[in-house]
Amino acid sequence: MIHAVAPGSAPQDSDVLVRVDDVRKYFPIRTGLLRREVGRVHAVDGVSLEIRKGETLGIVGETGCGKSTLARCIARLYDLTAGTVVFDGRDISRLSRRRMRPLRKGIQMIFQDPIGSLNPRRRVGSIIGDPFAIHGISRGEDRKHQVQELMRVVGLNPEHYNRFPAEFSGGQRQRIGVARALALRPKLIIADEPVSALDVSIQAQILNLLTDLQDEFGLTYIFIAHDLSVVRHVSDRIAVMYLGKIVEVASVSELYARPRHPYTNALLSAVPVPDPDQADQRERIILVGDVPSPINPPSGCRFHPRCPKAQNLCTEVDPPLEVKKDDRAEHVAACHFPVEVGEKLSRARAGIAQPERQAAVEVSHEAVEGAIGPKEKT
Amino acid sequence: MSVSSIDPAQSALSAPEPSTFGEEGEAAKEIQGRSPWQLAWARLRQDKVAIGSAVVILLITLVAIGAPLIAHLVGHGPGDTYPFIGEDSYGLPIGPNRTFLLGADDLGRDVLVRVVYGARVSLIAGVVASALAVLAGGIVGMLAGYFGTAVDTALSRFMDVILSFPLLLFAIALVSLVGPSLTVSIAVIAFFSWAVVGRIVRGQTLSLREKEFVEAARSLGASDLRIIFVDILPNLVAPLIVYATLLIPASIVFEATLSFLGLGVVPPTPTWGNMLSDSLPYYKVAWWFMLFPGGALLITTLAFNLLGDSVRDALDPRYARLFKA
Repeated sequence: MIHAVAPGSAPQDSDVLVRVDDVRKYFPIRTGLLRREVGRVHAVDGVSLEIRKGETLGIVGETGCGKSTLARCIARLYDLTAGTVVFDGRDISRLSRRRMRPLRKGIQMIFQDPIGSLNPRRRVGSIIGDPFAIHGISRGEDRKHQVQELMRVVGLNPEHYNRFPAEFSGGQRQRIGVARALALRPKLIIADEPVSALDVSIQAQILNLLTDLQDEFGLTYIFIAHDLSVVRHVSDRIAVMYLGKIVEVASVSELYARPRHPYTNALLSAVPVPDPDQADQRERIILVGDVPSPINPPSGCRFHPRCPKAQNLCTEVDPPLEVKKDDRAEHVAACHFPVEVGEKLSRARAGIAQPERQAAVEVSHEAVEGAIGPKEKT
Repeated sequence: MSVSSIDPAQSALSAPEPSTFGEEGEAAKEIQGRSPWQLAWARLRQDKVAIGSAVVILLITLVAIGAPLIAHLVGHGPGDTYPFIGEDSYGLPIGPNRTFLLGADDLGRDVLVRVVYGARVSLIAGVVASALAVLAGGIVGMLAGYFGTAVDTALSRFMDVILSFPLLLFAIALVSLVGPSLTVSIAVIAFFSWAVVGRIVRGQTLSLREKEFVEAARSLGASDLRIIFVDILPNLVAPLIVYATLLIPASIVFEATLSFLGLGVVPPTPTWGNMLSDSLPYYKVAWWFMLFPGGALLITTLAFNLLGDSVRDALDPRYARLFKA
C-alpha cells in the first residue's frame, strides 16, 4: 500500500486528488398524480472530505447511511443538491453530462453486485471493451488485444474473451468489473462494496488484486464497505458515516487505537474477534433503538437518540467535525463529548431521558409512514 | 506482476456447469461458451410441441406461397364460379368429390382453392400487423421506461387511451370512412395491439434501467442512445420475440373477425373470415363450407400459440419449470 502522505502531516493542495466540500444529496419523495413533493430523503447531508493521491480512503457505515450515495455524487452519477466536488483541480459538481464525459476517464467505479453489474446478454470481451468503444479509443483487433491484456492483468484467462458473464464464478466476475474500471487508466477508482457479495475466501483474492493494481498503476481508491476488517486491511484512512454525515475521519491505526466518536466505538466493538478468551473480555457496546429515518433526521447530533453519552447539548447543537484534544491533526471527530482512552462506554449514562430519545426516533419514522418509502441505495 | 499467472484452482472453477441436454460427451471438449441464444435454441429443438407446430406453420406458409400452383393443379381459380358442376339442382353447394376435393361454396367456387388463398391474407395480416405492433410498442415502451418522468407520463397515458378504445366501433367507423381493404385491416390491428407490447416493454425497461450494468455504462460515459441499444435492447429481445409469436395468432383472429363482419378484405378475394361469414346460412346442408376455413383458422392459430409458448419456455426456462415441476 502506498503512503503518499506521511501520517500526521497536513495535506498539501497538490496532494489532493478529490476535494468534497459540503456535499448534499436529497431525494425528493413524490406522491399523487401531480408528483407533489411531500418530503426529502437526506441521503448525504453536508459531507466534506479530501482524498489524497495514491491513498485508499475507506468509508464505513451501516446500510442506508449514505455511503453509496456519496460515492455516486463524487462519480457524478447523481446531480448534487448542494456543495462542490473538485477532481484533480477542476470543479466537476455542476458539469453537464456531455462536459463530464471526457472526465469520466479519470473516475471509474467497481460495483457491489458482480452479477448485476455485468450485462447477462453480452460477451465478456465486449463488456470490458466498452470503455474503449464509448470513448472511441480503439476498435477491431486493436481493441481485442487491449481487452485481452486487461484480462491478463486482472488474472482472467484471455481466451475466455467470448464467454458470457454467467459462465464465470463470482470472484471472476468481479475481476471482469475490475478490468472494465481499469481500462481507461483512471486516477480514481471508487469501489462500492466490491467484496461484500463474495465468499470470504474469494474476498482476499480480490482485495489483493486491488492492492497490487494500486501499486502498479498508482491508483487512488475510495473503498466503501460495511465490513470493518475488510476496510482495515485495505485502507490508509477511514471515514465513518452515520445517517448522511461523516462522524469521524482518521488514519487506520489512529481510528482503531483511539476511536473518539461513540458510534465508531460501537462499530469497532461489533467486529468479531477470533480468539474466544479475548472476545469474552472485550467490551461490547450495544446501541439502543433503530437508525432514525433520513427523511426527518434528529435535531442536533444525529446520533443522540442512540448515544450512550448523549447530553442536552447534543439534542440542540450539531457538533462540527474537528480535531479533538490530544489527537493528531488529521484525526477529526464530530462529537461534543468524545470518548477518552480507557473510558468504558457500556457504563456510560446518558444525560437525557430514554423516553425522550425514543420519541425522537419515532417522530423521525412517522414522517416515513406518511410518504412512500424512499428508494434506498445502499 | 504477481497477478498475471492464473491460479489453476481458478481456471478449474471456470469449467461450465454440466449441460442439461444429455451431451456430456460433447461438453468436455466444447468448453467454448454457448450464448443464451444457442442455449434457447437447443432447448427449443428438444421440444416436440415446438417442432410440431413449427412444421405445421411451415406447411401453411408453403401452401400460401404455392396457392397459384395448387389452383393450377386443381384447375379452378379462387374466384371462378361453377354454377352447373359446383351446385346441385336446388342451387345448393355440392360436397367434396373428385373435382371439388373439399366441396364447393354457395356460388359454386372451389373451397380448397379459396382456403389456400385465404391463408395468404391471414398470414400477411398476422405477420405484418404483429411486426408493426412490436416495433411501435418496443420503441414507445423503451422511451417511456428509460426516460421516465414527463415522457413516461405522456406516453403511458396515450397507451391507456388506446387500450380503452372500443376497437370494433373504431374499426366500423374507420372502414365506413376509408372503405375496407387489407391495408386498413392491418393498420387497425397494429394500432390496437402495440399498446399492449408498449406497456410490457415499458415495465421491463423500467426495471432494467435500475440495473447496475446500466449504472456502470453511465459511469463510463455512455450516451442514452448507446445505453438503450447496447445495454437495454438485448435484454428485451427475448420478451419481444415471445410477444411477436403470440401476437400473430391474435392478429390472424382479429383479421378474420374484421372480414367476417365485412370490414376487412373486400369479398371477391377469399379470406377465412369472409368464407365463414358466407357459410353461415348453409351450415346445415354444407358442413364442408364452414368446416374447412374454420379448421384452417383453428390449426393456424393453435400452431402459432403453441410455438409461442414453447419459445417463451425456451427463452426463460425458469418460467417453464414453475409449471412443470
